[in-house]
Amino acid sequence: MAKKLRTRNHKVVLNRSAGGDAGISFFLILMGAFMFLPMLYVIMQSLKPLDELWMFPPRFYVMNPTLENFSDLFSLMNTSWVPFSRHIFNTVLITAAGTLGNLVLASMAAYALAKLNFPGRKWMFEMIVMSLMFHSTVNQVTHFILLTAFRMVDTYLAIIVPALATTMGLYLMKQFMESSVSDAVLESARLDGASEFRTFLTIAMPMVKPAWLTLIIESFKGLWNTGASIYIQSEQLKSFNYAIQQIVNGGVARAGAGAAATVITMVVPIAVFVVSQSNIIETMGSSGMKD
Amino acid sequence: MSQNEAVKRPVSRKDMTKWQWTWKEMKRNKTAYLMVGPFMILFFVFTVLPVAFSIFLSFTEFNLLEWPKMVGVDNYVRLFLDDEIFILACKNTLIFAAITGPVSYILSFLIAWFINELPPKIRAVVTLIFYAPSISGSVYMVWSIMFSGDSYGWVNGTLMNLGIIDTPILWFQDEAYIMPLCCVVALWTSLGTAFLSFIAGLQTIDKSLFEAAAVDGIRNRWQELWYITLPTMRPQLMFGAVLAITQSFGFGGVVTALCGFPSLNYCAHTIMHHLDDYGGQRFEVGYSSTIAVVLFVIMLGSNMIIKKALSKVGQ
Repeated sequence: MAKKLRTRNHKVVLNRSAGGDAGISFFLILMGAFMFLPMLYVIMQSLKPLDELWMFPPRFYVMNPTLENFSDLFSLMNTSWVPFSRHIFNTVLITAAGTLGNLVLASMAAYALAKLNFPGRKWMFEMIVMSLMFHSTVNQVTHFILLTAFRMVDTYLAIIVPALATTMGLYLMKQFMESSVSDAVLESARLDGASEFRTFLTIAMPMVKPAWLTLIIESFKGLWNTGASIYIQSEQLKSFNYAIQQIVNGGVARAGAGAAATVITMVVPIAVFVVSQSNIIETMGSSGMKD
Repeated sequence: MSQNEAVKRPVSRKDMTKWQWTWKEMKRNKTAYLMVGPFMILFFVFTVLPVAFSIFLSFTEFNLLEWPKMVGVDNYVRLFLDDEIFILACKNTLIFAAITGPVSYILSFLIAWFINELPPKIRAVVTLIFYAPSISGSVYMVWSIMFSGDSYGWVNGTLMNLGIIDTPILWFQDEAYIMPLCCVVALWTSLGTAFLSFIAGLQTIDKSLFEAAAVDGIRNRWQELWYITLPTMRPQLMFGAVLAITQSFGFGGVVTALCGFPSLNYCAHTIMHHLDDYGGQRFEVGYSSTIAVVLFVIMLGSNMIIKKALSKVGQ
């Protein structure tokens, strides 16, 4: 059977049948609609004036889009006694510090666990994977005792420090180091006299860029959505998400403001995602990833 | 690799006791310990210690105020023999997990694989569409607006307008609809971390593998998937499987948000709800630790099964 090599989008694509392409497109469109329509509905709701929110029969689309809900939300924000900018600052600080720290610690550890052969690496990794399956609610008691002992309760550190050792990021990085970084390349770097840290930074890390961009998005998403925390009591230290939920819980009259709040909290992680995605595509487009 | 090292070292492993050898290896790998050190210390303090303490607490009676009292396996006996709601929660959890786990796992992979062949710009947009629902912490509340129990809810309103129903359906207060709806919402938010890691994994596959495979007689995309893509992606597949397990067994937040707690007649009560109920509301920390340990064991078991299954991929 003759194999046809044809190019599509500047890369070699092999053995694709038109029927398969059509079926896949159909499936993707169907699933895409299922995923997208509820998202679209939130945006529509946030743009609806009050009479459209409570009209019968309800409509999916907005007829007279208005930004009233957003301005409502902003004026509600101004009534809270802790300025809203403070909540935004809290969330930005926690998210940035936690994400960056997690990225550094997790990638370093992942590199060692995947590529260096030292006593203990096996059980360390086993423990990390197993820990992912322990439900964290019951750990809160111990967490509270520990954080009190370290005098971290009611400070930013109560959220940031435990987030630094989020195991999911490490697991992700380790899997990618294993599948995408070839030992031969590392070995030749070492023979050239590069230190282990240097090999890690200049050889391994660029090869797994998609992985650490994924880690950044995930860590960001987790920290950004931090709501109420039992470790932080002071109102002025609480997160943006917590504050905005407090407003939204105000009741029926605020249904529109609720949708507006959802849209606002959604926009930032989506922006981060879009930026890192375009970054992934640029790196991958320039190829030369392997060897 | 270890063979090469053995050649380099003047003293061979056979000349030393096991401990001497381990110690020598540890000294040789100082950098490695420097690299895992910071993470492992934090991991130990904030994860291993709490887990170990919880396992200990599962054999005690502990209400946060008094010192824990050792009760042996009483909690476990009570859980399995004396707690009907737990048995119900087990049943619900297994149903949820058996439906949402595999479906979201396979969907994540299939969709990631399909969109991997789209042109880069379109791929970015499509990825965003699929990933967006899982990105925001509470956006799934839109389902409670769409399926709101009054006639202003979009689904009720539309069905009534079309004359299919006369009175609004209380979607999240009706045993017939709660489970299926919660499964749908869970699936809607489930194209998350695993999905992204699949996309990233597909992008790091060496393209020359596919060209070589075509020359070697791979005929269609499905063969390519089975013989090349899946085996190369094994680390990511394992990662996705672990996440699918934790997600589908730890499922519960969505149910609470949509149906309230407890759900009507406990019809969507999961192990996680049971755990949070005892741990967070009744302050029976010992008993809730027991539930956590049981859930942990169930998840470890399913992880082992999946690990076995994944090792057969591509053979």
